[in-house]
Amino acid sequence: MSKTKIRFDVSAVLLPVAGALLLLALWAATSGTVSKNLPSPAKTWEVSKPFVLAPFEKRGELDQGVARFAWYSLVLVAKGYAIALLLGAPLGFILGWSKLFAKSFDPIIQVLRPVSPLAWLPLGLVLFEKSHPAALFTIAICSMWPTVLNTALGVRSIPQDYLNVARVLQLSPAKTFFKVLLPAALPYMFTGFRLSLGIAWLVIVAVEMLTGSPGIGGFLWQEYNSLIYEHIILCILTIGIVGFVLDRMMSAVEHRLKAV
Amino acid sequence: MARGSFLELSGVGKGYGRGDARTEVLADINLSVERGELVCIVGYSGAGKTTLVSLMAGLATPDRGTIQLGGKPIVGPGADRGVVFQNYSLLPWLTAYENVHLAVDQRFADWPRDKKRAHTEQYLALVNLAAARDKRPSELSGGMRQRVALARALAADPEVLLMDEPLSALDALTRAVLQDEIARIWEASKKTVVLITNDVDEALLLADRIIPLSVGPAATFGPAVAVPIPRPRDRKTMNHDARFKAVRNQVIEYLLGPGRRRGGAALTAAPVALANASDSGDAVVAA
Repeated sequence: MSKTKIRFDVSAVLLPVAGALLLLALWAATSGTVSKNLPSPAKTWEVSKPFVLAPFEKRGELDQGVARFAWYSLVLVAKGYAIALLLGAPLGFILGWSKLFAKSFDPIIQVLRPVSPLAWLPLGLVLFEKSHPAALFTIAICSMWPTVLNTALGVRSIPQDYLNVARVLQLSPAKTFFKVLLPAALPYMFTGFRLSLGIAWLVIVAVEMLTGSPGIGGFLWQEYNSLIYEHIILCILTIGIVGFVLDRMMSAVEHRLKAV
Repeated sequence: MARGSFLELSGVGKGYGRGDARTEVLADINLSVERGELVCIVGYSGAGKTTLVSLMAGLATPDRGTIQLGGKPIVGPGADRGVVFQNYSLLPWLTAYENVHLAVDQRFADWPRDKKRAHTEQYLALVNLAAARDKRPSELSGGMRQRVALARALAADPEVLLMDEPLSALDALTRAVLQDEIARIWEASKKTVVLITNDVDEALLLADRIIPLSVGPAATFGPAVAVPIPRPRDRKTMNHDARFKAVRNQVIEYLLGPGRRRGGAALTAAPVALANASDSGDAVVAA
């Protein structure tokens, strides 16, 4: 029994570490040889140290800890994401509920869904004339589609039995919505919420680069222009780790919902 | 008898689909149920029993004929009818208490909060579920779930209780226990009950009157059979008591005889439970 447990621990901890070390070795080997400009891992760590070891430090507008930059980005994402949910969930509900609406709007949604944030942002700037609302617009419109489509799927998947119960008990429309429809669709909706958050975080970097907003993406772009390539790698790792943590948190909530 | 009875179906027909794909499910259904009567409709699986309940519940409208309750036509679901579905249809995110309370809260919206709570608890106690009050359906056995569904239907105090094969998903022992409970609750409340089942012995135990439903498509009622056996009825005597046997034979004779040759779709094999019952008189425990 203990043997299987040990083997499980080995594969769960050692293998990921081994994988990361392998990639690190590849990075070390190629930096300075195959790619002359790619900074080595040691150099990257050395240059990044003040940003990582004092993550919340603010030494100047463009010289702040990574956590501080990430926080700015998270705030922007949170705002855009909130707009995406507020628009996407109701839109998904209507789409799932009304066949007429679904037939009318599903094709156009399928056309708009794959459009890149790089394409939406200029339109946002044209519409809102300022970079902040344009950034929110871009995050919201890029990240809302999984919420829309999964909410619609959730509503279509509500068992007829539950609808019959609502009708037989003569529940009011509000009660039918809050006591029957919403709880029945919620697990699907949350899958959409999780995917939307992933996209919102993906979009943030492009948006910050183009608008020059302070944040982890803006920092990345600025350091590229300042030729401090070590910080590009620092930013990439930070973005990845934050995105990973967000996804884990969302899927933890999602699992709880689906367990009911 | 037909005129002026409480629940009245006359000439009711219902089908689905159009053109060549059209299937008549029910044809020329006539039924009169008196106030306080417990009527069992016994029929084959897939004969349209659920459609019949949907029509009476107001979840579907008949293509032909009329359904009246207390002299008024049924146009949709109403508080005067409670429904117990075959698959319980409890809301899985609500506890037993909350499932029942949902019905109470809607039906008696103007009651004070305490009265609603007491009423909900009273009906949970009626079906012996007071201890499971805060459990979700997934934590309850099939029998307990159906008790919750029964409490939910009864708590809204309907005039008619419609039950669509309420016990057919349960194991034989749980079924027997719940049959006795339904008999007890019916005796206490004297509600009008229409119970649909595929189990002749269940009908024998519970019904004032048994109405066989022929095989579909275009299923229709056979002659009603009264069950003139005093209550409480003892299931242990069912296989010996001549009165039970006489009624059972009448019902089964129709179901295996004329009731099987309706609409040109005669069955090659009768459902096992029905066949067994007619051969040996064993207790019917149909799945």
